[in-house]
Amino acid sequence: MTKKITKILIANRGEIACRVMKTARKMGIQTVAVYSDADRKALHVRTADEAIHIGPSPAIESYLVIDKIIDACKQSGADAVHPGYGFLSENAEFARRLKKEDIIFIGPTPESMDAMGLKDAAKKLMEKAGVPVTPGYHGKDQDPQLLKAKAGMIGYPVLIKAVAGGGGKGMRKVDAEGDFLDALASCQREAHSSFGNDIVLIEKYILSPRHIEVQVFGDQHGNVVHMYERDCSLQRRHQKVIEEAPAPGMTEDVRHAMTKAAIEAAKAVNYEGAGTVEFIVDGSGKLRTDGFWFMEMNTRLQVEHPVTEMITGLDLVELQIRVAQGEKLPEQKDISLYGHAVEARLYAEDPANDFLPSIGRIWSMDDSEYRDSEGGFRIDTGVSSKDNISVYYDPMIAKVIGYSHEREAAILQAEHGLIEIQVSGLTTNISFLLNCLRNSVFIKGDISTGFIEEQSSTLMTPDLNQCDEILALSALRLEAEALSHTHNLPFDQHEGWRMNQDRNASYYFQRDDEPIRVCILESNEKYANVQIDDNEPLRISFLEASETFTNITQSLTYYCEWAYAIRDNHISLFNDGVFAQAYFYDPSTETLSVNAGDTITSPMPGKILAVNVKVGDTVTKGDKLIIMEAMKMEMSLEAPRDGVVSVVNCEVNALVTDGELLLELETETEEKS
Amino acid sequence: MYMKLNSNMRMNMPKLASKINADAQEFRDNAVAMQILVDDLHKKVGVIAMGGPERSRKRHLDKGKLLPRERVERLLDPGTPFLEIGQFAAYEVYEDDVPAAGVIAGIGRVSGRECMIVCNDATVKGGSYYPLTVKKHLRAQEIARENNLPCIYLVDSGGANLPRQDEVFPDKEHFGRIFFNQATMSAQGIAQIAVVMGSCTAGGAYVPAMADESIIVADQATIFLAGPPLVKAATGEVVSAEDLGGGMLHAKTSGVVDHLASNDAHALQIARNSVAALGDAETSYLPSVSEAPAYDEDELLGIIPSDTRQPFDVREIIARIVDGSKFEEFKKLYGETLVCGFAKIHGYQVGIVANNGVLFSESALKGSHFVQLCAKRKIPLVFLQNITGFMVGSKYEAGGIAKDGAKFVTAVACAQVPKFTIVIGGSYGAGNYGMCGRAYSPRLMFMWPNARISVMGGEQAASVLATITRDGKERRGEAWSAKEEDDFRAPILEKYEREGHPYYASARLWDDGIIAPTDTRRVLGLGLAMSANGKVPDTEFGIFRM
Repeated sequence: MTKKITKILIANRGEIACRVMKTARKMGIQTVAVYSDADRKALHVRTADEAIHIGPSPAIESYLVIDKIIDACKQSGADAVHPGYGFLSENAEFARRLKKEDIIFIGPTPESMDAMGLKDAAKKLMEKAGVPVTPGYHGKDQDPQLLKAKAGMIGYPVLIKAVAGGGGKGMRKVDAEGDFLDALASCQREAHSSFGNDIVLIEKYILSPRHIEVQVFGDQHGNVVHMYERDCSLQRRHQKVIEEAPAPGMTEDVRHAMTKAAIEAAKAVNYEGAGTVEFIVDGSGKLRTDGFWFMEMNTRLQVEHPVTEMITGLDLVELQIRVAQGEKLPEQKDISLYGHAVEARLYAEDPANDFLPSIGRIWSMDDSEYRDSEGGFRIDTGVSSKDNISVYYDPMIAKVIGYSHEREAAILQAEHGLIEIQVSGLTTNISFLLNCLRNSVFIKGDISTGFIEEQSSTLMTPDLNQCDEILALSALRLEAEALSHTHNLPFDQHEGWRMNQDRNASYYFQRDDEPIRVCILESNEKYANVQIDDNEPLRISFLEASETFTNITQSLTYYCEWAYAIRDNHISLFNDGVFAQAYFYDPSTETLSVNAGDTITSPMPGKILAVNVKVGDTVTKGDKLIIMEAMKMEMSLEAPRDGVVSVVNCEVNALVTDGELLLELETETEEKS
Repeated sequence: MYMKLNSNMRMNMPKLASKINADAQEFRDNAVAMQILVDDLHKKVGVIAMGGPERSRKRHLDKGKLLPRERVERLLDPGTPFLEIGQFAAYEVYEDDVPAAGVIAGIGRVSGRECMIVCNDATVKGGSYYPLTVKKHLRAQEIARENNLPCIYLVDSGGANLPRQDEVFPDKEHFGRIFFNQATMSAQGIAQIAVVMGSCTAGGAYVPAMADESIIVADQATIFLAGPPLVKAATGEVVSAEDLGGGMLHAKTSGVVDHLASNDAHALQIARNSVAALGDAETSYLPSVSEAPAYDEDELLGIIPSDTRQPFDVREIIARIVDGSKFEEFKKLYGETLVCGFAKIHGYQVGIVANNGVLFSESALKGSHFVQLCAKRKIPLVFLQNITGFMVGSKYEAGGIAKDGAKFVTAVACAQVPKFTIVIGGSYGAGNYGMCGRAYSPRLMFMWPNARISVMGGEQAASVLATITRDGKERRGEAWSAKEEDDFRAPILEKYEREGHPYYASARLWDDGIIAPTDTRRVLGLGLAMSANGKVPDTEFGIFRM
């Protein structure tokens, strides 16, 4: 009873929407994108065969509104919906509604979602199915004191998790009893605001834990297969940073035990489509067949699914679609594992600033992929040059997946991918990712979920935008650029020559809104001396470094290490995948304090059409206070400054003469500064 | 209109063969002597470039203003050169110290266009106009007019220097000429942009008012015909400077200015934008690919003997100035004391006229011919002056050296191509005329620090005067001892030495500045690029006396 899908609506955005479209296109299936206001020009909209607007930018008013998605399906005639990950992907209600509308939901049945959606129930179900679970409390009684008592019984440290949570949200680790109630309250608040459900569960927090998950797949014919494991231990605050497959140190017997447990878990809920069974694994020694516990099952395609694709050669989205069409899965024996794949998640966030998202426009990026006989890197992205990273959604820019015959080579390929992508325009976590990939502990495979915290000193880099060397390099680049002018006229040369004086090749940048003078004092073929304001001159070498750098800061004084791009108002410098920016000084941004006065007078004779304020009203500079008509034109008279209206000297329909006083603001008193 | 780039065909111009031995003791001694002069030059300019006294500069900075040289820096395209003129103006001329005559002027690139920048230095006597300030301002405008350079005036001046009003106000080449020039240059389509950054009083108020476009710095600059004290004296009205002529008044009410800036940097940025809006310049000629001289330019220091009576071959200088040291010499075997020929400087085709000894009739005729060639072909001329004068004596007078000299002077005077004069040695007598001295309107004229300029050499002047004196005494039967003669000659020698010195000359703006020999090629290149902004008219020569 297969039913051929002809048109898929992707109820998602960003890279996963683009990813699904890629496979759909390959399979000859038409694609429909949906988009919010903020995504009007997004890559997934540009990529799709057709696109439907579904509302304002906040996801809660667009991507999360089931009715709008269903309307979009009807409007476009889509016969199937791929939910991607996040948003409505694990919403059983959504799956039910689609079913009612006779639209195929590319994902599991609502029943399996329900069964796995609530984590405490899922654990009970797993216990019943013989899948090992961690000690914990999954009860309905949410009395804080009871929860605290349960935590004590489980033994600290414990983890409080929102039952409906995921993606790192609604989770708190508690080290000691004294902190429990505060952590509980904060966890519940976050759970309530994020998921509308503040029920939590408590679990034992395993020391030196690893996060290893098994990719499973079920079809409508009762077949369930696995596609080996992924190791997602490198996490920062429960957000995955780097994922890989297979897991380092995995042995055949442990793999057998884990995949078997995963398949049992899937079978317990009659699972259809792609799913992931997450285990927490004791990583304190060698992996053991009794050292893993079921955490949860994600009833969707995971962000990190590409690493599995790279080691199995399968297209998981294609399998999802085929399963949804009622086709049979390949047999387990035909699913083999080869090589290694490592994925790094490139985010628009600032590691130096507590990983705060950095919103803005991507000036440039290169998403070309690379492959040769030794492996290569794959880039999954939902943005390209000139696209915006907005406040509304996850600020992920791309997933860079390196793959090769073995792990170290795959790590190197991931590094190459990160270096080649050269994202400029906003701050990214790229240096952080590179530092992770180059960390010797990581390379050894000695990883756990505590890795990033333990290694943080080696993973963080200074804020390059604050480094004087960046300004010096920028000035040298600008000079070189000027010298490369094709005309080669005398005024293009003689860099900063001053008659009978020292040369003055000064460039002005701004940092924290302050102008900074960068003067190239001297430059020859070997080096340049560059002075920032009146500081001690910096020496920048034009020669290539004789040694390779393990840290980006070491290359700051080597000119040729840095590539660059010059824009209207800034220059970007790239090296080793890291980029920094120097903004040109722009004095016009300094605001002119124009005292515009306290009154509005009529600029010419005319008739008052409207008076929008009355005495005592508070107005803001630029507010349209009075509308008048003169010379057959309407004009609005605006508030000259912020203030309170003290006099209104005109009324509607009054005829006024040139220069007549129409309105007055209260004189400014010494206000609190 | 862009002229076609010169064909890329490799020129097979002969390369000059240098006979210099840079290791010879004599050469090294010469170089040391020249280096001492250059060091002194740089040291003096260093002091001049500081501007006014410490306390004036501090007061200036305390007002939130940028120092004048910093203003120029911020106006210029970053990293580009600045061809300054009149650095020594007013040097040791007045009892007062007036560095650079209180106004910085020069040619620099702003928003991609070569402009004339005239920047008052308010730290020097409040930026007031001394006679030489006026002269320098007018010279800058003259350069702008001849070379079609947009003018940017950075105004911060109290106006005419009142104690010297008779020397700055009434005459043709006095203060009023500044505004005459603004009006007539504007008429010629040469943009006039004023940035008012400080006071701009009385006559000075016409600088922004006469400008095509003007910018003012709010809460800092003022423009008025009469300041508050004068207003009070005249009408009894009491008004603040800001209310009388501040930025807001002029930007909002009077319309005297077009743009209001929040500070110096902002004002300069607006000026840059104004220039950018002018569009591209039309260029009369473009350089071909440039090539460095084949010989070390630093050797220019050691070529000229420190003893000025020792001859040297001027081709050694040419070889270190022109592209690839390539020089196509014209009439090499005729009139050998004047070297003429074609070369390129920074890729620009030029004709070079250089002294290699005293001028004879043949030299003058050759020079006349060569200048005609360049004028007809519209090739800019470069004069390397080192001339004691025309040959004297009955044989030469009878040979008509006066009329041959006149031909040369006529040719040089009438030639409409851009002319550049570098005084590399002596500049004496009628030689100065033929070799395009100041009176012959070279687009730019610079001196080397070893140069001397006067109607004749001090030695010759002393001898002439001593001879006349001795003859008189002998007629009257009076005795004149050798010591008496020496005492007579000494002050004359001293006077000629002092007045012939480049510092003395440059202080009076007899030239556009003094440069190190090693900057010659650079200055010529910049000058040629500057002149390319102007059209090269056809030349019509006067009557050549045959």
